[in-house]
Order: sequence, then structure tokens, then C-alpha cells
Amino acid sequence: MSDPNGLSRRHFLKGVGAGAIVAGSIEALSAEARAAAQAANPCVGPGAVPIKLSINGSVRELAVEPRTTLLDALRNHLDLTGSKKVCDRATCGACTVLIDGKAAYSCTTLAIAAQGRTIETVESLANGAELAPIQKAFVEHDAQQCGFCTPGFVVASEALLRTNASPDRAAVLEGLGGNLCRCGTYVGLKKACMSAGAPAKGGRR
Amino acid sequence: MMHAFEYAAPKSLDEALKLLGSAWGDTEILAGGTDLLSLMKDFVVQPKRLVNLADVGLAGIAPEGDSLVIGAMTTLDALLAHASVPTALTQAAAGVHSPQLRSMGTIGGDLLQRPRCWYFRRGHGLLAQKDGASMVEAGDHRDHAVFGNGGAAKYVNPSSFAPALIALGASVKVRGQNGERSLAVKDLYRTPASATEREFTIASNEIVTHVVVPISRSSNATYEIRQRHGLDWPEASASVAVTVVDDKVTAASACLGHVAPVPWTVDVSSLVGSVLTAESAAAVAAEVVADATPLTMNGHKVELAKVALTRALLRAAGKEVVR
Ligand SMILES: Cc1cc2nc3c(=O)[nH]c(=O)nc-3n(C[C@H](O)[C@H](O)[C@H](O)COP(=O)(O)OP(=O)(O)OC[C@H]3O[C@@H](n4cnc5c(N)ncnc54)[C@H](O)[C@@H]3O)c2cc1C
Ligand code: FES
Ligand code: FES
Repeated sequence: MSDPNGLSRRHFLKGVGAGAIVAGSIEALSAEARAAAQAANPCVGPGAVPIKLSINGSVRELAVEPRTTLLDALRNHLDLTGSKKVCDRATCGACTVLIDGKAAYSCTTLAIAAQGRTIETVESLANGAELAPIQKAFVEHDAQQCGFCTPGFVVASEALLRTNASPDRAAVLEGLGGNLCRCGTYVGLKKACMSAGAPAKGGRR
Repeated sequence: MMHAFEYAAPKSLDEALKLLGSAWGDTEILAGGTDLLSLMKDFVVQPKRLVNLADVGLAGIAPEGDSLVIGAMTTLDALLAHASVPTALTQAAAGVHSPQLRSMGTIGGDLLQRPRCWYFRRGHGLLAQKDGASMVEAGDHRDHAVFGNGGAAKYVNPSSFAPALIALGASVKVRGQNGERSLAVKDLYRTPASATEREFTIASNEIVTHVVVPISRSSNATYEIRQRHGLDWPEASASVAVTVVDDKVTAASACLGHVAPVPWTVDVSSLVGSVLTAESAAAVAAEVVADATPLTMNGHKVELAKVALTRALLRAAGKEVVR
């Protein structure tokens, strides 16, 4: 989405975010002053706090308020907008990421609390233009309509397939039980998930 | 967006205890966050400080004497993966049909999750009163309490784990400023008399550290009845523990979930001395629900509680008819 000035909405939001970080007092403190302050009071915030997150294989440094969720950090601070915000209340799965290899709701994880954990988002699955097997299976089985739930379902499927390479119907129901699709594409979703571990059938697109 | 707060991730329990305030609301304890962060986004709780228990060393399951000791920060999937966890508890955990909730949610957080009552979640308080009258009674109460609802509290306790742990005779260890105490799981809950009280007997600066489950030879089970397969709470659940010797019941305990402001312990002792059959299970369940006091819209929950209890008993006795 871009406007006549060539400024996309996403870049505009990012710019605002960066301004807020510079204005935060934490950035202005020296490292020693910060350490001394923390020894007296182990609390950080409520202003922006510098944090490090391990995301998709690289360490990302950013500054967020403690109230910033991992989902908001991904989308608004790191330009990783594959994870979607729908309910923002741990009830739909659109924001699903892998934390230490397991499916988790990034909307209900604080970014500051995700430090030291290994985070993988939907962006990490494809290898350049080459889609991951589960993504190919979603295309092949027409496992989306509007597509808004898709990244969450792809990541939840990936989590399942890592523990169970050829899940049966019951395992898929269980493994995707934390995700909802408003368009009701469950038939395609189940087929995609069940077929992704199995060798490609080929032929059909 | 939530209100801003300061945050700490202490490395020890002592440190965590020092950071907690003595009045409810100033500080909150963060476990998996699957309930707390939603409460904060809805401004139901608005702490000035959050204390994360992730690094205080409360995760893990270990046998200790005649008990299984489960750290409060043990996740639902760790419970499900552990072979010694009693069936009634794993069946309750398996009812949370979301791998995401299971990887994040903890047993402590499940026991201390706040009611789902929509009046409470929309900021009308636990007792949901307006001009001295109950908004629940006047409004939509299809999911509200059918037992223990004679006072101002009409919400239902949302934990599926609490009934299982109560049926199993479990207790929790609680650490506060003045050391440790032990509390039967049943006694963790109370029905608040005023809107400023919480529904728990622990103080704001106390931490549930462990759940202690006696290792018993009882046959135990949980049976839940849900409207949907996933991402919702049961309409009713029943957890039971039954000891059978020479085909006769020698001890039986039961607790219902999602039907009262507290996990609803019920008397099934009339089963003792005889063989547990489909008829005796149904009879005791009918006896139990005869005491129910449904509101105008939630009579179905009485029937569901009866069916859940009957089937939990049969499941425990290995006599469940799988349809
Ligand atoms: C869509 C959905 C469906 C669900 N279905 C079910 C269900 O069917 N059955 C069921 O039982 N549950 C269900 N749950 C609840 C889920 O299991 C809980 O959200 C989860 O267990 C809470 O754990 P948590 O670690 O994330 O707690 P948090 O959200 O971190 O904490 C919950 C509360 O407990 C307090 N707390 C946590 N740990 C401690 C401690 N050690 N000492 C003192 N206070 C503490 C917190 O301060 C907070 O108030 C469902 C939740 C969702 C979102
Ligand atoms: S946006 Fe996170 S579960 Fe719905
Ligand atoms: S495809 Fe539209 S919500 Fe799933």
C-alpha cells in the first residue's frame, strides 16, 4: 500500500516506531548507569527497553515497552508481517509462530519475555522463491480462501509435521486445534497437512 | 493495547516474592500469559508491574514419597507427555484442544485463571452488579452457574484441572512472605462476598509453587461435554476417583467443573459397597443434580453435568460405552 509521496503505510508506521524509541529515556542511559539502576530495582520499563530476540536464525536488537507483544514486535518493529493479528486473545491462531520449535501464539507472548528463546516465523519456511513442502501442499490442496488465517495454519502444520511426519486425520484435528478459519476451508487444510509429509503426487497444480 | 507496566523476570522465588504487592491489582504474576495478557488487554486487570515466573525454577514433575510433585510452571504439554500423571488430570489437559495453549499454558495458570463470565470480562466485576441487581440474572446467562449460585456470584470456575485434582485429593504448596503453607486444592477457591475480593484464598503476594498429587491406586477419569471441538471451555465436566476391591467400590470421590463459582465437590459415597454399573452411576448422578438451582437459561447444564458425572464414573471403572 503506497501513497502519492511514495511512503507506504507500513514504512510510515515503522518511522513512528523508531521515533518513539529515540524519545525513550532508556536509550539515553549509559550501560553502567543502567546496570546500577537494575541492581536496585530489577524491574524494567514501563518505557522502551532494549531487547534481543533470536528470530529466523539471526539475533535482532530492538527497543520495546514491556507491554509490546511478540506479534506487535514482529509486525511493527521488525517488518515481519506474515504473522497476522485477528483476535489478539489466544483464541484463533492467526499469529502462530514457533517458539523453541513449538507452536505458540505470538499475540499472547510478551516480546520482552521471548528473549533467549528460538523464534521462527512463517517467513523462515520458504527458501527464497522455493516454497516449503507444507506451503506447496497448501497451494496444491487449495487450503485457503481469503488467506488471512493461512500463515497461522502453515506454521501450526509445520509444528505438527516436525513431530509427526505423516499425521492421520485425528492427529491433524488435534495439531490444528488451536487455529480457526473463518472461511471454513478445513477440508483443504486437512488434506494439505496430511499430504505434506507424504511424497508429492505430482501432476495436479 | 494494554496499559504500560514495569516488568521483572526474577531468577529466584524469594526475589519474585519481594516484587509482589500486598494489594490485588498493583502487581500480577505472569506464567504462560494465555489468560493474563487477555485480561490486561480488556483492562479487567491493570497492573503497574508484572512479575514473570519463567526463570524461578518451578517447571518439572518429580515423584516425592507417595506423591507426584508438579511445579506450577509445568506446561500442559509437559503434563501430557509424563507417564505418571493420573488419567483424570491428563484427560482434563487433553481437553484443551490447542497445541499453542498447551505449549504456553501452565498448571498453575490453569488453576488460577479468571472466570470467563462475559460481564466480568467486560469490566462489570466478578459479581456483575448494577444498581444492586445482578446483570447475570437479568441478562444472558446460558453459561452461568447452576450450583452455588444463591449469592451474588453467578460465574463458573473455568478450570478443568481443579475438579480433577480435587477428585484425586491433591494439594498445592503456596509460598508467601512468611514461608510456605499447604492447601487442599479445594480450599484454593472461595466465593467472593464483595466485588473487591478475588475468587481465591491466596493473597496477591503469594505464589502457588507446586501441585502435590497423591499417587493412589484409584481408577480415575475426567469426562467433559463441549459445544465445540476446540478453543472453548466445556459446558460441564466431571472428574472422579474410584477405588474398587473385588469388584466392589470401597471409596469414591467426585468433583464437577464449569457449573459453579467454585469447583463443585459432590458426594458419591452411596456407590460404596456395591458394584459400579451403568445404573448405579446414573442413579448417583441423578441424586447429585437434584440439588441444582438453574437460572432460566441454563437448565441444559444440569442435564450435561449429570451425563458427565455418569460417564466419568463409567470411564473410571472401564465400563464406558464408546459411541
Ligand atoms: C481459547 C481457550 C480455551 C481454553 N480452554 C480451556 C479448557 O477447556 N479447560 C481449562 O481448564 N482451561 C482452558 N483454557 C485456559 C488455559 O488452560 C489457561 O489460559 C492456561 O492454563 C493459563 O495458564 P497460563 O500459564 O497461561 O496463565 P497466565 O495467563 O499467565 O495466568 C493466569 C492467572 O493465574 C495467575 N497465576 C499464574 N501462575 C500463578 C502462580 N504460580 N501463583 C499464583 N498465581 C499465578 C496469574 O497471575 C493470572 O491471574 C483455555 C484458554 C483459552 C484461551
Ligand atoms: S491473534 Fe493470536 S490467537 Fe488470534
Ligand atoms: S481462508 Fe479466510 S479465514 Fe481462513
